[in-house]
Amino acid sequence: MTAAFELILCSMMLGTACVALLVRDFLAAIAFFVVFGNLMGLAWLAMGAVNVALAEIAIGAGVTGVLLVLTRSRLLALGEEISSASPGRWLTLSAAALCSVLAAVLGAAVLLIAPDDGLAPVIDGLMPLIGVENPVTGVLLAFRAYDTLLESFVLLGALVAVWSLAPPGAWPRAPAALRMTDPAALNVAESFGRLLLPVALVAAAYLVWVGSDRPGGAFQGGTVLAGGFLLAALGGAVGLPRSDDPALRWVLVAGPLVFLAIGLAGLALGRFLAYPEGMAKALIVTIEYVLAFSIGGTLALLVAGPPALPETRP
Amino acid sequence: MTWASLAVGLLLVAGLFFYAAGTLGLLRFPDPAARLHALTKADNVGLAFIALAAALEWGSPAVAAKIAAVWLLAIMAAGTSAQLMAHLTRQDHGGGS
Repeated sequence: MTAAFELILCSMMLGTACVALLVRDFLAAIAFFVVFGNLMGLAWLAMGAVNVALAEIAIGAGVTGVLLVLTRSRLLALGEEISSASPGRWLTLSAAALCSVLAAVLGAAVLLIAPDDGLAPVIDGLMPLIGVENPVTGVLLAFRAYDTLLESFVLLGALVAVWSLAPPGAWPRAPAALRMTDPAALNVAESFGRLLLPVALVAAAYLVWVGSDRPGGAFQGGTVLAGGFLLAALGGAVGLPRSDDPALRWVLVAGPLVFLAIGLAGLALGRFLAYPEGMAKALIVTIEYVLAFSIGGTLALLVAGPPALPETRP
Repeated sequence: MTWASLAVGLLLVAGLFFYAAGTLGLLRFPDPAARLHALTKADNVGLAFIALAAALEWGSPAVAAKIAAVWLLAIMAAGTSAQLMAHLTRQDHGGGS
């Protein structure tokens, strides 16, 4: 029964991936990419990796899908031709060769991991020291905290890169309004956005809170926050802030800064990112909440795009 | 087989039936409005049956409440996107042809 489910899931994933690569219509390719991401999330779920499944569906399928759709409409608005013509035989062949090598290396790496790699008992032994029960949170915020710290700065760097694409004269304005232009559509989107924003806030707070003991966490909560904010912006219920708004800047950098400050305070205890005994959980939850706000703000602004002149549409 | 597991099985079959009907409608109906109708109505009833089955299978009231919240959010999202899509297709048809 389980084997049949896994076989069907695998063939659906391969099928949607092939369609996303081969279909001529760019929008259809994006739709299949999103479906592929959701199936991938389902596969992670089937393997018991709920944290990864949440992140894959929220970020891999959700945020990336929205980014691709908006990229398409922005390219079309610029008058660019989105060509799905084959890029030439040699390019295709070398891309195929490179991808095959990468897939083979990845496959070999995965197959080389011993079923019992000896790390799980180590983590299990260390978990009681930090007071959280979700081992993924333990790894992300205690044992390998510098990875997560750097990730939060990478996200910030991506936003700076997007902002640097602002056309001349547009800088520190707000990004192009996401508000729908059609009054009837705006009406529908507005009531949904108004309804969903508070629900998204509560859901995000809950996801971060349960993250210490069960699947969830700052990235998942932040994505839910960004989604709620963007839907509210689509309905015109909230406006997008100017890029030089000091409150906005503080929200964006608060998470990485608090994380870095707590990490530096750990230096006083002898090691960067060391938590004092007994306070680990409180510090981890603090970092996760502030980080969730920063991640939510950063993701929403990544989707909203660079500052724009007043009359441009996304 | 207990009554509960029998009920779960029946609810799953009912859910699958509505999903299949919705998908058939999406593939076979002639115009966008009819397709949206199949997609948003039949599929959401299907989702409701699957959600009921899941709630019954896991049993605890807290889990059931969470599943109910998920279902509510899903039908609200489906309703909203159906309205927006219907508006868009009507614009396309009214303006162009």
